[in-house]
Amino acid sequence: MNPVRTRRVDWARPALFVALATPFALLAHDFWLELQSPGAAFGADAGEAVTRYLGEWAIRMLMLTLAVSPAARLFKRPRLVRYRRVCGLFAFAYALTHFAAYLALLAGLSLRGVLEDFIERPYITVGIAGLLCLVPLAVTSTRGWQRRLGSNWRRLHRLVYAIGALACVHLLWLSKGGYGEAALYGALLIVLLGERVARIALRRRAAVGKAGKKG
Amino acid sequence: MAERIRSYEITPESAWLSRRAVLGAGVAGLAAWPSHALSQDWLGQRGFAPGAPIADEAETPFEYASAYNNFYEFGSDKDDPARHAHEMTVDPWTVEVSGEVAKPGKIGIEDLLGGIDLEERIYRLRCVEAWSMVIPWIGFPVKKLIERFEPTGAAKYVAFETLVRPSEMRGQRSFFSSIDWPYVEGLRLDEAYHPLAIFAVGMYGKVLPNQNGAPLRLVVPWKYGFKSIKSIVGIRLTRRQPPTTWNLLQAREYGFYANVNPAVDHPRWSQKTERRLPSSLFAPNRIDTKPFNGYEEVAPLYAGMDLRKHF
Repeated sequence: MNPVRTRRVDWARPALFVALATPFALLAHDFWLELQSPGAAFGADAGEAVTRYLGEWAIRMLMLTLAVSPAARLFKRPRLVRYRRVCGLFAFAYALTHFAAYLALLAGLSLRGVLEDFIERPYITVGIAGLLCLVPLAVTSTRGWQRRLGSNWRRLHRLVYAIGALACVHLLWLSKGGYGEAALYGALLIVLLGERVARIALRRRAAVGKAGKKG
Repeated sequence: MAERIRSYEITPESAWLSRRAVLGAGVAGLAAWPSHALSQDWLGQRGFAPGAPIADEAETPFEYASAYNNFYEFGSDKDDPARHAHEMTVDPWTVEVSGEVAKPGKIGIEDLLGGIDLEERIYRLRCVEAWSMVIPWIGFPVKKLIERFEPTGAAKYVAFETLVRPSEMRGQRSFFSSIDWPYVEGLRLDEAYHPLAIFAVGMYGKVLPNQNGAPLRLVVPWKYGFKSIKSIVGIRLTRRQPPTTWNLLQAREYGFYANVNPAVDHPRWSQKTERRLPSSLFAPNRIDTKPFNGYEEVAPLYAGMDLRKHF
């Protein structure tokens, strides 16, 4: 029962794709419910509910993306890193639709309103800044760009930590009384960033130790 | 989103009322004050004068007004209060009136309502978060209650306080909440005495659901919703302006007056427009916000004041 031996199908990839797209599918289903009877899926304030839902998934996907390489190291599965790009692209897709929902449903498609929000409301300033920073990362996520940019690619993609921080600040500043969520993602970001900082510091110390021996 | 509460999932009114009665009876046995547990239909039995609808503005359906609430004592999400407020015991209930009054004291809610005529008031409710509703409250003017306690000449302000009972209010147990309980609010005495300011005990012809601030809440329709404090246990007449919860948290964002004012923007939400709920995807129902939420008759209260400064 294994006619094609030469091409092993990587089932993990489509499975991951389906998993990452599931929140979109659930949202589509809720849209359908909402079409049947307004309020059935999104409650009293549909625009707020949809915008918030997409924002929550954007930050979750972002954290997931950041967790891929530490997980690969922790579980000694270096090939996991192959799945980082699709996670990152989904984070971008959720962030972009989050912004689109805000634009269409909360800002009433008014560019003046968005501009005013961007200038006057710090949580929106950092939110939009985070989204804009995601754009070059999404564009240069292909293999071709990776090759073209060489070692600069890594440098560019370190921007994702700044984006994670912007997302956490965005969440913190829009929270009105309960800071549980912002604290949770903030702590996660610190752990994920801390892992890298610690690793780099250890490697440096090791390198310095070696150089010391030589000299 | 899948976990959003549908109206049919919320505990039926009869169920929570009977649970309330059971809980109430248990606590009443231990409590020092006598309790005459309010019957489920006490409001229906007493009756109330019907209110006048607002021209061209439809009432927000009850399912929305009772499922989309800010009541941080039960959590910071809009559906938390509807999910958890049934845990609060509202019968027996006492209110303590203190401060600059000739007759301070504690009074049970039944005695407090004794001899007071109830009336319906259909009001706009404008939240500082730029959404609004139209709600038919049942209550009575604030002045009627406060005058009973005979405020002294020195009384210039009224301070209100919400119940603190972490065992029944899970938001008060939350580690991440920045609010310093109890939730407190206040009004200048002349604001509280304005005929539009009421205490509500019901809405939509029924007893107030817990998530809407049972058994006694304030409704000040020309101010942002956070001024209309819920589940009141304390009323204090004071000489000085009392502290208020959101102002203590973020003075730059929430003033003491908090009059609805499209000309004064908030650092988080534009106050020029509002979403009149229900706001669906296909009919967002965005409307312009009016000064004093459309209740211009209160403007004389603020004559000579710079409302940009005293926001």
